[in-house]
Amino acid sequence: MAERHTLEGRLPVGAINTRASGWWAMIFTVFTEASLFAYLLFSYYYLAVQPHLPGTFPEGGQPDLKLALPNTIILIASSLAVAWAQLGIERGNKHRLALGLGIGAALGLVFLIIQYFEWAAKPFTLSSTPYSSLYFVVTGFHMAHVVVGVVMLSALTWWSWRGYFNRVRYAHIHIGALYWHFVDVVWIAVFITFYLTPLLGLGA
Amino acid sequence: MTSIDDYERSPSIGQPSPALTEKLKSLWETKPGFIGWLGSVDHKEIGLRYIVTAFAFLVIGGIEALVFRVQLAWSNMRLLTPEQYDQLFTMHGMTMIFLYAGPILSGFSNYLWPLLLGSRDMALPRLNALSYWIFLCAGLFLYSSFLMGFGPNAGWFNYVPLAARAYNNGPNIDIYSLGMILLGISTTVGAINFIVTFLRLRCPGMSINRVPILIWGTLTANAANIFAIPSVSLAFLLLWMDRNLGTHFFDTTAGGSAMLWQHLFWMFGHPWVYAIVLPAMGMVSDGLPVFCRRPLVGYTAVALATVATMVLGFGVWVHHMFATGLPTISLSFFSAASIIITVPSSVAVFAWLATIWTGRPVFTTPFLFFVSFILLFTIGGVSGFMTGSVPVDWQLTDTYFVVAHLHYVLIGINVFPVAGAIYFWFPKFTGKLMDERLGRWNFWTMFIGFNLGFFPMHISGLLGMPRRIYTYPDSMGWDWLNLITTIGSFLFGFGVLLLIYNVIRSVRHGPTAPANPWDAPTLEWTTSSPPPPYNFAVIPVVASRHPLWEERLNQSEGSRSQIETGLLLDHGKEALGTTTLDAEPNIILKMPDDTLVPLYLALSMTVVATGLGLVNWWVVAVGGALTATCILAWLWPEARLGETAAPATGEPRHG
Amino acid sequence: MRAVQVAILSTVFLWSNARAAPLQYLTGAGDKATPVVFLTWGLIIISISVILIIGLLLAGAIWRRPGEDWTPGARTALKSHEGGLNWLWIGVGISTLVLLFSVVWTVKVLAEIQAPTPKPAVTIEITGRQWWWQVRYLSDDNARQFVTANEIHIPVGAPVRLKLVGGDVIHSFWVPQLAGKMDAIPGQTNETWFEASAPGVYRGQCTEYCGLQHAHMSFLVVAQPASEFRRWWDRQLAPPAPPTGRAQAGQTGFQMRCGSCHTVRGTEAAGALGPDLSHLMQRATIAAGQLPNNGPVLAHWISDPQSMKPGALMPTPSLTETELANIHAYLKTLD
Repeated sequence: MAERHTLEGRLPVGAINTRASGWWAMIFTVFTEASLFAYLLFSYYYLAVQPHLPGTFPEGGQPDLKLALPNTIILIASSLAVAWAQLGIERGNKHRLALGLGIGAALGLVFLIIQYFEWAAKPFTLSSTPYSSLYFVVTGFHMAHVVVGVVMLSALTWWSWRGYFNRVRYAHIHIGALYWHFVDVVWIAVFITFYLTPLLGLGA
Repeated sequence: MTSIDDYERSPSIGQPSPALTEKLKSLWETKPGFIGWLGSVDHKEIGLRYIVTAFAFLVIGGIEALVFRVQLAWSNMRLLTPEQYDQLFTMHGMTMIFLYAGPILSGFSNYLWPLLLGSRDMALPRLNALSYWIFLCAGLFLYSSFLMGFGPNAGWFNYVPLAARAYNNGPNIDIYSLGMILLGISTTVGAINFIVTFLRLRCPGMSINRVPILIWGTLTANAANIFAIPSVSLAFLLLWMDRNLGTHFFDTTAGGSAMLWQHLFWMFGHPWVYAIVLPAMGMVSDGLPVFCRRPLVGYTAVALATVATMVLGFGVWVHHMFATGLPTISLSFFSAASIIITVPSSVAVFAWLATIWTGRPVFTTPFLFFVSFILLFTIGGVSGFMTGSVPVDWQLTDTYFVVAHLHYVLIGINVFPVAGAIYFWFPKFTGKLMDERLGRWNFWTMFIGFNLGFFPMHISGLLGMPRRIYTYPDSMGWDWLNLITTIGSFLFGFGVLLLIYNVIRSVRHGPTAPANPWDAPTLEWTTSSPPPPYNFAVIPVVASRHPLWEERLNQSEGSRSQIETGLLLDHGKEALGTTTLDAEPNIILKMPDDTLVPLYLALSMTVVATGLGLVNWWVVAVGGALTATCILAWLWPEARLGETAAPATGEPRHG
Repeated sequence: MRAVQVAILSTVFLWSNARAAPLQYLTGAGDKATPVVFLTWGLIIISISVILIIGLLLAGAIWRRPGEDWTPGARTALKSHEGGLNWLWIGVGISTLVLLFSVVWTVKVLAEIQAPTPKPAVTIEITGRQWWWQVRYLSDDNARQFVTANEIHIPVGAPVRLKLVGGDVIHSFWVPQLAGKMDAIPGQTNETWFEASAPGVYRGQCTEYCGLQHAHMSFLVVAQPASEFRRWWDRQLAPPAPPTGRAQAGQTGFQMRCGSCHTVRGTEAAGALGPDLSHLMQRATIAAGQLPNNGPVLAHWISDPQSMKPGALMPTPSLTETELANIHAYLKTLD
């Protein structure tokens, strides 16, 4: 006797939220990228506890928070904008969707610009010391992920504005939002490592 | 108000008919011509490509080894210069471990998974194609510098400072680094595909305790890869930066750390060596019972042991670094873990022994390979156990004892199961039978040659012969052992050639194979040999681990698997999505057609890698732009795939 | 089975070869080596036993019933799906006990050999270089410190502390008869120790791949009674005898052509890129333990090192016959 009862009934068709294969692909992409950042931060912590001259880790002492802290807020705000957009499309509000995504992309762009200024103001270069190498490479990796995220959010904004999605079929938004929130969480971890742990004395 | 009802339908249930199979065939078969050949997303074609390409690398890596085995056959030989030897042994290691051992298992799993799971394809067919094309591009990229005389030459684990710019100034290590990053992308996207397929594409009734052990092995390996590969990709990228951009991650003259390389490398390296054997062990766990005429003993224990081995495998990487001066407490922990990891392996060994003992052996060629594997596994396992003990490892490490160990585990636990798997699944892949008599010759030459070649290495290792030496003096007591090893290696190589010869000959002239030549129990044997492009005309429903053996095993569960009746899913290229734990149907997935975009994307990424290799930022920028374009084109929402508000073509809006 | 035969033959071969293999470690000579030799043999015996037991079980399993014939596609009878789990409980249970025993023994030996019991008699700082070993004898009295290369003398019966320094790339210091290996890694100093319980010459070799001539980076450890060792140390500190005749011309030549890389204490030659050659004639070998230190070999080495150790960092000097003979004569006075 077959378990025939499992075959009867209506089934949704296509890419629908967490039943879409792409959603699961993004979950595991997030896991692997998170691992990448975990290894980057491991490298930071590993080199921080190696013997080094005082004042070289972090080089130039405590990194300045005056650009980094507002920038963190901006990135969090962009995640909130994207979440607002997603809540909108769940209710069928296509205008809110496009608007929220657009704001998220714009804030992401602002983050990049501010970070560029922060980079330019640093007293060291990529090849000064192990610390400086870590600083630019780790924040650089994050910046690269933000660039990808901004391009992605721009594409999503465009597709939303063209009416591709509705309250049932918006898997792309679901997937893209997951990526963007992940980029935000990674930044928190990077921020804590580079800007807050020196305050606790790590590397001194 | 739009609602989910607008996007649902009740899929028809029925039985295969000529009209149905014709329709499915035209929907699923690869388009003819160039576009089809380069743009195929069929998991069976991709799987075979992986297998053939990986075997080509096996042969190349084998030739590299045989050349330097001649150099080492006796003391003080001058066939190779030190530089030539160093490039050959590095290329040999890199080729075998990265371009053969992982991809060959990806290939088998790629072909078999949808058939084992009762599915029409993998979850992400375009990603599948991408993983193959990047693999091919990365393999060619990695060999490009070797063919120009600048092959990587610092060993496959590439320790710094030897691999740093100060001691290694050519493009050798740069090509190695960038090629490995590229290859890592291939392995990662492949891993994502396997995991999502496992979670979402199993046929109804195939709960997680009913999947074949190969599924467990591949799943575990790929889940590990998700977490492990970023470590080595990062290590190689940081090295490339040290060498080309002046960073100081590993630069000990400027406060960097040589040990950081070792940690990053081995945090990947150790899980990787389990990733390249666990799927092969799974193939044996599925194939051996067929030739014992009974199901595997201890299925649950073996599945759990597979996962346990991999999880523990993340906690032992320091055993590659026992001689680096780490604190005693750290050494004790990793030594204990490295010895205890043997326990789950022993679960598998006893499960296989019990299966044979309580079964009734059928002496076919695959059976011979699977059985001999158990012995080779044991030998490789105990030599590993010995190196797990720190004080003993301080003598054994970096000697030929470790070379013996790693070849017993890699050849014993990967190549021998793969050979058995070739004989076992060849009829399914090709519709032909392999020659059994030639198979015996093949088996015995490989088995005798392998043991003759590699067992003496245990002894030369115990007599102090270090690794990676291009020659040795005549007063060391190693001459005869090396000569025997060289002879055995050539015999083993001849055995591998016999395998390839048997495959090619049987493809051309072998007798036709029925659907189920071995009277095996799992779903792939319900399809024709070879399977149709759509795998299953109707989606099967399973009620046990052994759908084709249920009646004869008289399992009194009551329900039987349904092979001949099931969901038709013929409104286009469709597959069934089911729930994770119990495999209840919960969505109809729209599958993509053949497309060249994965190939273009792989080539774009290779352009980026080439630009970095030349340190030419214009080339990198062009490659980056191409990559972005390909990804955008790939991800552009398509109505046909059910990604937009518009219903899929041909799909009525209601019901 | 094939593997059993190979195992037995190998063990026989092993014993017969053990004495004739300078780098073997199935026997050892010292407080650090002895516990490890026992542990090694213990694990070897366990390993071989496991292989034999599994091999026999496998053979029994395969041949206890008459094999089935096979024709393609034929449906043959199945055995029941019950039974066999006892194998797992018993097999895994016994394996786990053996493994736990091995862990305990391992940790015990590791603790035992971690540090020497009496304080070390002498501390030697060893720097791994491509492809030779720099050896510096440390002392509380600065005047008694000195540098030599490739041949290490130690007193018998007393522990010796070793500080391993990475000079360029990673090397590994290994004297199988006396102790396990320890890496010399740039950026850190690794400490280890060994002790020789019997006088003799013990061979060592680099065991971390370090480039082109990794294969030829060996060294000798000479264990001597304490009084001989002290005499050897004093000899190392003694200034060189002033050379005469041909050797005097050779000293000038040496200082000019070789002095930028090599040091001879008490002369103008003070280079630190290559091995220290003070008291060269006291050493049994040259080229990092690879070649015997006799006249013809030494002459060949000076005139054409690349032919004997291709890739070595010692360039081929273009010396005339006379220059070569003079320098050779000079080197032979460095006793």
